[in-house]
Formats: sequence, structure tokens, C-alpha cells
Amino acid sequence: MKIHEYQGKEILREFGVPTPRGAACFSVDEAVAAAQKLGGKVWVVKAQIHAGGRGKGGGVKVAKSLDDVRQYAGQILGMQLVTHQTGPEGQKVRRLLVEEGAQIVKEFYVGMVVDRASQRVALLASSEGGMEIEEVAKHSPEKIRTVRIDPATGLTDAQGAEVVRAIGIPDVANAEAVKVLQGLYRAFVEKDAMLAEINPLILTADNRVVALDAKFNFDSNALYRRPEIVVYRDLDEEDPAEIEASKFDLSYIQLDGDIGCLVNGAGLAMATMDIIKLYGGSPANFLDVGGGANKEKVTEAFKLMLKNPHLKAILVNIFGGIMKCDVIAEGVVAAAREVSLNVPLVVRLEGTNVELGKKILAESGLPIISGSDMADAAQKVVAAAKGAK
Amino acid sequence: MSILINKDTRVITQGMTGKVGQFHTFHCKQYANGANCFVAGVNPKKAGEDFEGIPVYASVRDAKAATGATVSVIYVPPSGAAAAIDEAVDADLDLVICITEGIPVHDMLKTRYRMQGKRTILIGPNCPGLITPDEIKIGIMPGHIHKKGRIGVVSRSGTLTYEAVGQLTALGYGQSSCVGIGGDPINGLKHIDVMKLFNDDPETDAVIMVGEIGGSDEEECARWIKANMKKPVVGFIAGVTAPEGKRMGHAGAIISGGQGGANEKLAVMEESGIHITRNPAEMGRLMQKVLKG
Repeated sequence: MKIHEYQGKEILREFGVPTPRGAACFSVDEAVAAAQKLGGKVWVVKAQIHAGGRGKGGGVKVAKSLDDVRQYAGQILGMQLVTHQTGPEGQKVRRLLVEEGAQIVKEFYVGMVVDRASQRVALLASSEGGMEIEEVAKHSPEKIRTVRIDPATGLTDAQGAEVVRAIGIPDVANAEAVKVLQGLYRAFVEKDAMLAEINPLILTADNRVVALDAKFNFDSNALYRRPEIVVYRDLDEEDPAEIEASKFDLSYIQLDGDIGCLVNGAGLAMATMDIIKLYGGSPANFLDVGGGANKEKVTEAFKLMLKNPHLKAILVNIFGGIMKCDVIAEGVVAAAREVSLNVPLVVRLEGTNVELGKKILAESGLPIISGSDMADAAQKVVAAAKGAK
Repeated sequence: MSILINKDTRVITQGMTGKVGQFHTFHCKQYANGANCFVAGVNPKKAGEDFEGIPVYASVRDAKAATGATVSVIYVPPSGAAAAIDEAVDADLDLVICITEGIPVHDMLKTRYRMQGKRTILIGPNCPGLITPDEIKIGIMPGHIHKKGRIGVVSRSGTLTYEAVGQLTALGYGQSSCVGIGGDPINGLKHIDVMKLFNDDPETDAVIMVGEIGGSDEEECARWIKANMKKPVVGFIAGVTAPEGKRMGHAGAIISGGQGGANEKLAVMEESGIHITRNPAEMGRLMQKVLKG
């Protein structure tokens, strides 16, 4: 689960990481009032959306007067901010962060991830602040320092001091920078984060180390014990279809093709998308109904797929293990009746109670196209989608 | 022979008395020698009771002492599943298979850290388990699609494992053992570990390796295969069409920063001498072609 920058900064402050003073604002007047309250002569008005690359898209402006703040807040609030992470349609800006300006001497990058290879939390740090770490990794990997952190000790003072020196933070600010890294690590562990980034972490003219940005992604499997993180959830930032799917415990991701897929199991669901592509079609979605699907879940899955205006055909691909084919078949028949299906439906069933499942489909009287195996079903659904064009 | 488990394996079921545990324990007990293999359950609140004639003990240690079982399977809900693995490791079992899906990743980081220097092997979490056909099934896969034979199967995904097995069985090729290693980023055995076991197993002639996007386990396994594997390997990677930055169901199945893409994995596998297919419906037929030379 992703959160906004201003929320991330609240977490950082809780763990002793310095950030600029600032306030979240939902209107132009609030933004001006916030700037007035902050005082000073320079403010930064920052669009709050979950995607990165906001600055390049025009979502971050430096204001040198309260009139500037008013003007920029007016421009940014409500804009469709397009960045390399939002897709071409962009993301509507509904919240702002107004902060005091900072005197930047130099920018750095620090981030934390769960490193699967070492099965440790890994700290990544670089002298190349403000740039995307993926770009740095591609073009100058020698500029990234990686430290794998022992969970028993956490990030030690010695490890911290070494990495801080290695990325070029001057010794006068070394101790403060180590505290930032240690605070970030504690936040990462204690809040069940999967990813945390401060980019940039800056050195100020008076040798302070400040987090100018904050990005967090939390483990959705741990949210049950992090109510303080759950309140940060912003449904405006999520795909409505994916929110709807999550209510029914369906794993759904909208894609740009025209063949809907309903599959049990994430691996098989991906493989089903792949085989559709292989036979010249284009998948409209990833949809894993999971192991415990019932009639209601299958019906909801159909409704979700049918909301897509580009949909031309549906492929149901089930290899029943825990899930019995007859249960799925009943769900498919009930769903097809309830949602008044208006696109061709191809069904491939295999596994537990497959004969019973096929019988239910055949006797339903519905125009269901049966696929004998995965390849046959994929070819049939691609043909059906093309015929529907 | 087979890898990791056979008809003489004795199994403790942690979380046997829950709904999921009961359902799968029933089916595992029905399969092949299951009635003799599944000898104990664990639930501290229900010690002394039984399920389907399988006695329940208060702890893994008690269950092991009473029955001599050396393997456990875990159906405990996510919030307690990592602690259940810890308990099995502390009881010095040989092998722990964790079926549970949705364990917080920081729990698994701590559990894997605790396992350092211990001899217990972990499979999973978030996996279908493993099976040695006609001998023993530990997990949630449908037993009837399997057939005893000489092909090994290793996969990160549950239903895609069944797909590979179903294709092999339909063509008349049985399996020595099939191992689902699970879709989580922090887990126990990796492709490479299972591949080594198959390489050393005299009753395995060839292996189907099924991977998916995310991480670099398949690449690591492929490089090991190139240098060491004595048997043919057929490979498939799910997720060629998956967009970057979107998590495809499994916590581990995500392409981030251009890393972990299916095409990159397939390229390394092909370069390592693995017979790859881009068509998930062709895994069985490709194996047939390879074996017939």
C-alpha cells in the first residue's frame, strides 16, 4: 500500500528524521494560510499523488511570495498531473503539501528494500540524489552503496558512518546522517514497509541533513496490525476496478487489451495472459479468483470484467485443485445469467470434478464455447474476440 | 526413490484442526500411503483430541517425541504462521512445508534469520506443497492428476504446477516428485536447491522448471544448470505480458526497475541450455520431444 509524501514525512519525523516544516492542504486558501503560518520568504508547493516524477510534470513549484503560493496552488490543485509513473492519462491532484523552502547544498539518495537474494533488508545509498535510482543503477552502478542489514543488530553506527562517508556527506554532518539512516531502518521494520525512499536527502548550508521527500510502500499482508498505516490509505489514488476487486478478495489488474481472463492462481493467470498474446490476442485484465472461489466471487469477477468497455470476449481458465470444477461451473452459469453476458465466453476446465463441471456447462443452455485444453481455449477466445470486432 | 519425501515419511500437521487444515489433511490421508504418513496434529488448546483418528498434541516437540515424525506441514493462519515455522525449526524437524498464504514479509525475514545454522529445510510459504506420486502427498494439490514416473517438476506457482503435471500425465509421463516452492519474495528452497536434489536423484530423468516474473532465482538456477546439470530441463516463465510495477497476485511477482522480467529470464535460461517454451500449453510436449531426442 502506497501513501502520500506528507504522510511519509509524518512517519519519518516519528522516527527522528528531520524534514522541512509543512502542512497538507486541500484548497488554495488552506495553502496560503499554511504558508503564512510557516512564515519565511520561500515556500514549496508540492502536488500529492502516489506516483513519482511530480517535479518534471509541473507538480512542484517554488513560491517566493504568498501571491505565488496562491497562484501555484490554484494551478496544481485539480490538475491532471502526468508523470512517467501515471500513464498518459495522468492523475488528478487533490492534495498539496506546502513546505518551508530549504537551502540545498547537495542532494543524496537513500532507500530501503526487502532484498530477496540475501533475505535481508538492504540499504541503498548514492551521491546521485534527485535522480531515479533505477537510472543510476543502469548508468553508474558504482555510485550506489548497498548495505545488507543484520536484523539482530540493525544498522550499526559503524556501517552507517561508512556508507554516509562513501556517498560524500561531509564528516561534520556524519553523525546526523547516520541517525537519519537508523531512523529510516526502524521505520521500515516497525511499520512493515516493503520499500522506503528519501530522494533527495539534502545537506543544507548549515550542515543539517533533511529529508526533502518521502516515499513508502507497505506490505499489504501486514496491514491487519498497522491500523495507523491503514488510515493513510487514499482510495482516490487507486484504480476503482482494483478497489472493487479487493472487496471480494479478487486479485484484479486492468490491462489495455480486449480479452477478459478469469483464472485460479496467479501463475496460471499470468500464463493465460501470455498464451492469449501468443495466439495473437490481447488480454484485458489479470484476474486471479484464488483458491476459495464460490458463486458470488465468480459473479463479481464477471461484473468487473464486463465493466471494461473494450471487452470483446472472456476466457475462463480453471485448473481445479482445492477449487472444484463443478462449483466453478455453477458460478459461471449463474454469473452469465445474472449479468446478461453480451460477449463470447470460452471456458476451459481441468482438475477436480472436471466431468461434473463440463456437464453443468453443457446442460445450462448457454452459448458457452468449450476449450479442451489451454491452447485450444486460447485459440478459440482469440478467434471469438476477432469475430466480435 | 524421489526427493525430500516418500511413503515412509511421517508428518505432523500444524493447524490441522482449522477448516483449511481439516479439509487438506482429510485428502492427504486418503492419498496413497497417507493413512500411515499423517501421524500427528498440533494445537495447544486441543491436545489429547483427534481428527480423523490423527491424535492432536500440544506442541511440535511433543508430536515428534510421541510419533517420531520428522516433517511438518503448516496451515496456520498468516498472523501465526511464521511462529509455527519457528516452532518446527526449534523442534529440529528435517523439513517444514508452509502452505499459508499472506504471511507478512518482515515475519519471514525474522524467521529465515532464526533458521541460519539450523538443519531444518523450509518449503514455501504460499506454496501448494509437494508430492511423490503413489506414495505421499503433502499439500493442497489435486492428487489424481499425478502419475508415478521419472520427471521432476519444480514451480513457484500452484495451478501452473498442476498444468505442467496434467500435460505430462496426459502424454503418459509420470513424475518422480513435484515441488511447489511458493510465490513469496522471502521463502525457503529456491529453484536451484530443488534442481540440485533432482540432479542427484537416480529416479529422476528430466525436470520441468516453471518460473514467473520477479526476483532472479530462475537466472541463478539456470547458471547452475549450465555448469552442473546432468539431465535435460524444460522451462517456462509466466508473465511475458505483465506490465512493469504491477504486482501480479503473488507478493513476489512484480517487475521493478526493469528487473525480473520474463524475457530476461527466458534469455538466460535458453543460454544455459534449458529447453524453453513460451507457450504454457507446450511444456509436456516439449519434454516429450526432448526425451525422444
